Amino acid sequence: MNNVFVYCEIEEGQVADVSLELLTKGRKLADDLKCELEAIVIGADLKGVEKQIMPYGVDTVWIASDKRLYPYTTLPHTSIIVKLFGEEKPQIALMGATSIGRDLGPRVSSALHSGLTADCTSLIIGDHEDKKNNKVYKDLLYQIRPAFGGNIVATIVNPDCRPQMATVREGVMKKEILSDAYKGKVKQLDVEKYVNAEDFIVKVIERHMEASKVNIKNAGIIIAGGYGVGSKDNFDKLYELADVIGAEVGASRAAVDAGYASHERQIGQTGVTVRPKLYIACGISGQIQHTAGMEESSMVIAINTDKNAPINNFADYIITGDIADVIPKMIKQYKENTK
Amino acid sequence: MKGLKIVVLAKQVPDTRNVGKDAMKADGTVNRAVLPAIFNPEDLNALEQALRLKDKYPGTEITLLTMGPGRAAEIIREGLYRGADNGILLSDRAFAGSDTLATSYALSCTLKKMGKIDIIIAGRQAIDGDTAQVGPQVAEKLGFPQITYAEEVVSAEKGKIVIKRRLERGVETVEGTLPMVVTVNASAPECRPRNAKYVMKYKHARAVSEMQNADEDYILLHNNRPYLNIGEWSVNDIETKAEELGLTGSPTKVKAIENVVFQAKEAKVLEPTDADMGELMKELIANHTIG
Repeated sequence: MNNVFVYCEIEEGQVADVSLELLTKGRKLADDLKCELEAIVIGADLKGVEKQIMPYGVDTVWIASDKRLYPYTTLPHTSIIVKLFGEEKPQIALMGATSIGRDLGPRVSSALHSGLTADCTSLIIGDHEDKKNNKVYKDLLYQIRPAFGGNIVATIVNPDCRPQMATVREGVMKKEILSDAYKGKVKQLDVEKYVNAEDFIVKVIERHMEASKVNIKNAGIIIAGGYGVGSKDNFDKLYELADVIGAEVGASRAAVDAGYASHERQIGQTGVTVRPKLYIACGISGQIQHTAGMEESSMVIAINTDKNAPINNFADYIITGDIADVIPKMIKQYKENTK
Repeated sequence: MKGLKIVVLAKQVPDTRNVGKDAMKADGTVNRAVLPAIFNPEDLNALEQALRLKDKYPGTEITLLTMGPGRAAEIIREGLYRGADNGILLSDRAFAGSDTLATSYALSCTLKKMGKIDIIIAGRQAIDGDTAQVGPQVAEKLGFPQITYAEEVVSAEKGKIVIKRRLERGVETVEGTLPMVVTVNASAPECRPRNAKYVMKYKHARAVSEMQNADEDYILLHNNRPYLNIGEWSVNDIETKAEELGLTGSPTKVKAIENVVFQAKEAKVLEPTDADMGELMKELIANHTIG
């Protein structure tokens, strides 16, 4: 009772990275609260799935396995979680800020009348004083997230409603196995008792999933372009440099909105978070919306025509100049120095 | 065949995408006055999907519903200019301070009052909060199923709706029954531009709170042309429980707000010359950052 729950997403029999990252964070929160960590997996053919989950320090794995539960649809997953949460009364429930978690989370929170905070970048335990009602709440979940296009960072709390729900994007938390030998309990749910026939009125009739071809999350070097790159032709120059030095190409939201790059390359608050050893920011002004996703890069080179661009505050090297001029020079000098 | 009854949920938002230096006040709060108020981008994608259904199924009626202050009537006019049939502005101090759950509650009470609806369609999320919560929460409160991350409403006939969804790693086509709540991604087609004919027709469309200082001629114009009156509802026009509204009805509370401060660090400034680029490359190769 009153434990920390993590909803684990499944794709092709594998627990999603974002869920494993949340289990790692969930373990930490459970330790701080001196309670247990529980996971819930809903899908089909889930035999042995607990082996992927327990090493993250999970004390109980709830499994709802039924061929109708994969691929994910909203209503049956909602019914199972709402009923289970009603029985188990978790104090905290975490989900990935994915197309699944952001579909499921709000539906569950509405059914339970509990507060949900989307896309948290940090989750910590702390106390809260409600000065107006002269009340002190112990050990609440601080749900910290950027808001207003990333121009402010807000700390949200849910003083009265349970569970305290939050979603977190993939790559924001770090995943870390606690112990391969960690032993928890497995509890199989009798699916029939948790779903209704009407839950299956939305059917997936066709599905084409592909592993993302772009892998900017794990790239050691990223060359990212912003709106200031100016054109798709100029953006091609980033790919040329990327080919030469062995990098991936990323983009800011403004560049994606302008059609210079596809959404899967987007870095920042509404894209992916990256931590490369080298980040080359080209024509990126450096709005917090973007820098939230790259500020942990080990080294940053900023190329911008505006010498006062905010991105320069994050930079180790500042090059004030035009992409169309600077990038070819970098390519040429790299080639000359590696001969 | 009779047309569909569609409600588009839309929000007027500050344009957070192009926030300049003056967007934050000295005290660290957001200076809304300098940010232009716009039609939330993904809600325009949703409107386009509704308009396409109207093109396809004659007799379809599109109502735009927005909650906000009086000035939010601007986006209803914008919707009318592009082909929506009418709009409702839900506006009351009682809704102030609402989080997503309290917002969804107020909207769902309004939707219940609007009679039979086949499709409720909204943008996936608004750019001022990026939460993507109001669509699914409205669906839950109405007991409607939901399809989020939609890129195209393929068809909506004989009580069924077929939708193509765009997910992180692919596409999915799903089929459900009506009524349905649909939320639409930015990857869906852009909204068509204003239609000059509708601009002429609706340019004087006003909500009640915009008519307070109107002169007699203007009031007469609106009396003679009822379609110029944008519906404006207050909390008294819908059935609600007071404890579910506004700040009281919001489980989430803002504990702290922090302005984002950039911290400068020592950086090497380079000129865009071959000599400087050469030095940079030598350094990066020497410390094994690249190469």
